[in-house]
Amino acid sequence: MKFSVVVFPGSNSDYDACYAASSVLGEDAALVWHKDTDLQGADVVILPGGFAHGDYLRTGAIARFSPIMASVKAFADRGGPVLGICNGFQVLLEAGMLPGAMVRNDRIKFVSRLVPVRVEHTDTPFTAACESQQVLHLPIAHGEGNYYASPEVLSELEHHRQVIFRYADPLGVVAPEHNPNGSLNNIAGICNRQRNVVGLMPHPERAAEAQLGSADGRVILASAVQALASLSR
Amino acid sequence: MAVIDAAVLERHGIKPDEYQRILALMGREPNLLELGLFSVMWSEHCSYKSSRVHLKTLPTTGPRVVQGPGENAGAVDIGGGLCAVFKIESHNHPSFIETYQGAATGVGGIIRDIFTMGARPIALLNALRFGSLDQPLARRIFEGVVAGVGGYGNSIGIPTVGGEIVFDDMYSGNPLVNVLCLGISRIDGIVKGAARGAGNPVFYVGARTGRDGIHGATMASAEFDEKSAEKRPAVQVGDPFMEKLLMEACLEVMTTGAVLGIQDMGAAGLSCATSEMGSRGGLGMTIDVMHVPQRETGMTPYEIMLSESQERMLLVVEKGREHEVTAVFEKWDLHAVQIGEVVEGSRLKIHERGVLVADVPNRGLTDEAPVYRRPMQEPSWQQDVQQLSLGDLGTPPAAQDAFARLLTVPTIASKRWAYGQYDHSVGTNTIAQPGMSAAVVRVKGTNTGLAVSVDGNGRFCYLDPHRGAMLAVAEAARNVACAGGEPIGGTNNLNFGNPERPEIMWQLGEAVRGIGEACRALGIPITGGNVSLYNETEGRAIFPTPVLGVVGLLEDASKTTTRAFKQAGATVVLLGDNLGELGGSEYLATMHGKVAGQPPALDLSREAAVQKLIVLLIRGGLVESAHDCSEGGLAITLAECTFNSGGIGVTAATGSGDKSLGLSAAWQVNATLFGESASRIVVSVSGAKLEAVLAAAKAAGVTATTIGKTGGDRIRLSVDGKAVVDSAVAEAEQSWATAIANKMSGRAPL
Repeated sequence: MKFSVVVFPGSNSDYDACYAASSVLGEDAALVWHKDTDLQGADVVILPGGFAHGDYLRTGAIARFSPIMASVKAFADRGGPVLGICNGFQVLLEAGMLPGAMVRNDRIKFVSRLVPVRVEHTDTPFTAACESQQVLHLPIAHGEGNYYASPEVLSELEHHRQVIFRYADPLGVVAPEHNPNGSLNNIAGICNRQRNVVGLMPHPERAAEAQLGSADGRVILASAVQALASLSR
Repeated sequence: MAVIDAAVLERHGIKPDEYQRILALMGREPNLLELGLFSVMWSEHCSYKSSRVHLKTLPTTGPRVVQGPGENAGAVDIGGGLCAVFKIESHNHPSFIETYQGAATGVGGIIRDIFTMGARPIALLNALRFGSLDQPLARRIFEGVVAGVGGYGNSIGIPTVGGEIVFDDMYSGNPLVNVLCLGISRIDGIVKGAARGAGNPVFYVGARTGRDGIHGATMASAEFDEKSAEKRPAVQVGDPFMEKLLMEACLEVMTTGAVLGIQDMGAAGLSCATSEMGSRGGLGMTIDVMHVPQRETGMTPYEIMLSESQERMLLVVEKGREHEVTAVFEKWDLHAVQIGEVVEGSRLKIHERGVLVADVPNRGLTDEAPVYRRPMQEPSWQQDVQQLSLGDLGTPPAAQDAFARLLTVPTIASKRWAYGQYDHSVGTNTIAQPGMSAAVVRVKGTNTGLAVSVDGNGRFCYLDPHRGAMLAVAEAARNVACAGGEPIGGTNNLNFGNPERPEIMWQLGEAVRGIGEACRALGIPITGGNVSLYNETEGRAIFPTPVLGVVGLLEDASKTTTRAFKQAGATVVLLGDNLGELGGSEYLATMHGKVAGQPPALDLSREAAVQKLIVLLIRGGLVESAHDCSEGGLAITLAECTFNSGGIGVTAATGSGDKSLGLSAAWQVNATLFGESASRIVVSVSGAKLEAVLAAAKAAGVTATTIGKTGGDRIRLSVDGKAVVDSAVAEAEQSWATAIANKMSGRAPL
């Protein structure tokens, strides 16, 4: 299985995603430069965390114009699994590959901590190996993770079961007090209608080894491996 | 041609005798540009002219030292052909004037020092000092500095993994922002900041040069007064995105082997980079400022040479291989521009459109800068502040009350409010979460890990700079050892007042003497550091505050531990001796408003023994948790062991210390619980391993006392058989965890 991790100028979790896929999961992984158009035979594409182009206009706003993004879109249109993590999620929103937008955290400050996240649906390539309603402890580290969408878009998302991850407490109870950034409906991650493009603010690639505080994120990457393996059978 | 008169010299911070030295070095009168070069290069910040004679006495060698002081950063061998590259640096003055940018560019500067050596930065730590959070100004500075530290590190993607923060009124007009960066490099991949090979081109890369930060180094070498706010343009503005590109491009370009020397442009900008690279390489350099990319129009050579615009690098490239270098920078959308070349000789020649505008001997700017053996005089008040008679302080507060109060003192309380704003997980190397004393990061591709701690106690140094500095070394090393790391290298940041005052110079001299003694005894070479002087506002100096950064090696990164208890029913053992020393303690300052007495005694051979012991115990998997005793003494240490443990309580009993002092029972209790005696570590041990731990301690000659058990949900402490503290862990942890947030939101009672 080949994971291709896109490197934008300012990506800073590119190596982490690559390391988790290769050294932890034992799959092939490659870094793909944003000016290239070749995804290098990717089975899975990851848009990593960071601050592409300095986040100086809006998070992810310039990265969507990178040459590689046309290839990523084409890959997604063919049904290829695409995972956007943190800044990568923001890029997917700006590129129109996922609906909605990100605004500043409600308490203004950057938030960095391990948070419980509830898996809502397991019928995506990145949650296939999860239990429904499973609670994962994943690190968040962002200043703009406050998910926003118009009421119409939000109700569409909910209606089509596109909310994939929600901030919760360790028992899986979703309530405003467990929301670290003010996102609507405690949204931590969503998918597209076709369910092959998933974006989330928490960092599963940073929680793939128990030594680092949590290995709960590993199942998200392992899901992709499992989903693709079952497809090819 | 400008006339150089007394007013011009004063504006440049050059003393009359220094000007005479310039005349002698030049053999003629300098022009204004040349005077500007001398001004910044001879500033205290760049030349270390007051501290150099003292710094020379520090131990800087050892079997693991790959690079000692004098380069952009130090480096120590960590095995497997790799080295840890690290240094600490201050950005105190800029952070007072412009909190966010001052702190942010401090982080940016130290990161550049690390990747300039060819090392990939993997961790940041910081040591911060602020005034009391009861003051609005201190809250504003604290808020801005934390945002700036986080803003830069979070963006560039280097985790901020640890550090320490102390609040004291002595820093209200002069905060301290010391930042340590740690990187990893192959030993054979180290690149130095020296020019090599006459005829080789000199390249400039990175951000364009603007008028920001001109005379920043000179500003950092003067005291503050009411006009300091007017110096804001002397503070630089940081661009972490540019630095991220620069870091990736530099690390990539260094793998080509076409880069012979590289230096970042930090303090004193292009002046420093050109003259230092030339003099380190024993060569000269010639440049034309016309080629320097500029952000603003009409900049003079003076402004270009003295600008401290951030995120710029100077490279010496092997002639004929320029295209390899430019190709990498083009990939990252950066433009490497040739601005000059290395030449035979030892002069720095600066041209403007081909016309020679400055011609100075580069060693005159660097190695031959003035060195002062400034007069030192023990302050007249020194002996007085060491006097402490507890009996004169009246009846002490009940231990229970002091315990509850100390938990909420910002210096002791959880710093989560700050580190919750720092990305500490990026890079996927962070093993110990922030707030656990030493930071622990793994080294990918190996089994090893590195523990890092920064420590300093200004109060102790104020009472006795020699012993206080020794205690800082001991505490940093002990913290590292408590995470299982064997201390292998250190870096120091000396924060002091105006060195032209003999009592300040005495403090500095005594502190450096203490650092040297402690480092020698503990086997820690100092591989670099930074000196920040003139930390005074309106004539009032800060506490003398040497901050020590110590790096420790874990041969097996999985053999580490934290301060938190791991399970109920474990035996709690105190390693070391509880001497009930209250001198300079947080307890005295908080409960009695007094900073007085002798700092705790330090026997360096005992310190070394307890550190070796704890490393051995952790490596052998014999202890479940380890926590050194520092601010707040044994009582606070035990409480901290229950925090972040999931609510595991503790019951501990101890005898009071020396009864010969004639103290009342109440004072005996408080001295026992809150005294800050050195060389102590609290460990928890499972029953089956207790005997092995006690035997190892005996063999190491370390006192080991079984003082209690973990379990329950309360913190119950007794002294001499009398119960003196009894608090629910949940309540204690809540007040400890939220104290700073409450102060910052204005909800706390002032």
